[in-house]
Amino acid sequence: MIKPLIQYFLALALAPLFSGVINRVKAFFAGRRGVPVFQLYFDLYKLVHKTPVYSRTTTWLFRAGPVAGLAAMLCALAFLPFGGRPAFLSFEGDLILLAYLLGLARFATVLAALDTGSSFEGMGASREVQFAVFAEPAFFLALAALARGGGGLSLAGIFTNLTPSAWFTASPVLILVTGSLFLVFLAENSRVPVDDPNTHLELTMIHEVMVLDHSGPDLAFIFYGAALKLWVFGSLIACVILPRHSGSWLVDAGAFILAMSAIAALVGVVESVMGRLRLLKVPYLLMTALTFSILALIFQAGR
Amino acid sequence: MIPLAELIIVAVILLNLAMAASGELAACIRLAAAQGVIAALLPLLAGRGAPSGTIVFCGAVILLKGGIFPWLLTRARVKANVRKEVEPVIGYPASIILCLGAFAASSWLGARLPLPETASVAWIVPASLSTIFTGFLLLTTRTKAITQVLGYLVIENGIYIFGLALFVEQPLMVEMAILLDVFVAVFVMGITIFHISREFDHIDTTELSQLGDWYPNPVKSAAAEAAGAGQRGSYDGGGQSGGKK
Repeated sequence: MIKPLIQYFLALALAPLFSGVINRVKAFFAGRRGVPVFQLYFDLYKLVHKTPVYSRTTTWLFRAGPVAGLAAMLCALAFLPFGGRPAFLSFEGDLILLAYLLGLARFATVLAALDTGSSFEGMGASREVQFAVFAEPAFFLALAALARGGGGLSLAGIFTNLTPSAWFTASPVLILVTGSLFLVFLAENSRVPVDDPNTHLELTMIHEVMVLDHSGPDLAFIFYGAALKLWVFGSLIACVILPRHSGSWLVDAGAFILAMSAIAALVGVVESVMGRLRLLKVPYLLMTALTFSILALIFQAGR
Repeated sequence: MIPLAELIIVAVILLNLAMAASGELAACIRLAAAQGVIAALLPLLAGRGAPSGTIVFCGAVILLKGGIFPWLLTRARVKANVRKEVEPVIGYPASIILCLGAFAASSWLGARLPLPETASVAWIVPASLSTIFTGFLLLTTRTKAITQVLGYLVIENGIYIFGLALFVEQPLMVEMAILLDVFVAVFVMGITIFHISREFDHIDTTELSQLGDWYPNPVKSAAAEAAGAGQRGSYDGGGQSGGKK
């Protein structure tokens, strides 16, 4: 019982680290030194101590958005496997709950954005939801393809069932699922081919523009929620590419964190070598992810 | 061994979808060539009791589909001065959805087809059927003459993969004959496209809809003008403006 709790708090503590890893990789490619790896921790500390500013046009929805978003992420993390090991909360059907919690977080953010009455934020909210229409089925079907491989409808069951030998017998399915999850990971975390986290041009932003009006602890909640979301998607990919080994807990945890760092580094490389797609092309990218998921499901079903 | 063949099948299907989604002609030619080459590797992996000479056969297929066909098509494309876009009749998302639906339908069909038990990879029949369907899709929904040749090549890829499901001594010869036919066809079509493009300003097949006798001089200039104006209706004055396609 103690180990799942340690895993949970380890995830909470380590999640902001990976955006630092991404930034360092990008800085390396650009020939800069870059911000410290722990920059997000400093930012969060600074933001928590600030006084938030609320516009008079906003209502409680605006204040509830960041809190609800972070709370949904904290719940999602509670049954997310850590390095293929089950989390402390696990039940049949929790992967459906995971998908809905992610949807709830998005819904809260979108509502808060619309509540400000700013046209830019409305635009960002519209894009976020438009892309979610493609990203969510892709994510859900990828999980369904994994669930179909055995282990039932719980994440713990799926990843306990997923052994290294699955990479020999069902490699096409796993490759397709990994590809789909990675594309969804990029889209959901507003990473480069879909959205640029560094852009400050309101007309082209997607996620960043939705949180323009948040300040102080609210913004800290949003940043931390985004870091946790990165962790959620990254750890699903890491669990697929690095199925559980029978070794000790420490080895598994270390390998898992290494895999997460590798995924973060890969995101950094992707952001460095390519620009973002035109907004009109983004649905095609997400449709590719959806296609991968559907193919994986068909292959898994016919196995 | 089996997962490797399955990976090839997955790659073939993904290439189908990529071709349905790709808007660039040069990319389509490369994708079709890649599909041919990848599919040509299959008999080396899938055929358990592969007949002798399989390697020679695969080498010939790879040379033709990976080297000569793309070369001929690229040459025709450059000479015909085709614009870059494919210009589909239906949108790319619709094409992808049709392809996915075709794969789902053909995997349902593949499970029901009574085939000899020689097929060592389960997905050969669905992959081949959906490749053939993609070929038909390219044939029917793309308006350039050159994409129609491509669709034809993709259909041949599908037939080739289907032949592997019945891989015994005989189909090797049959496949060889089909390959020769396709080679001649691509060769001839390359020349035809070149000639169409020299006579008219375009190789848009929606405008090559009327068949008639070919009067060299007066009608040629009229047709060229009509094509330049982009008006299909104005052909009726000349009456015999369609190419010999």
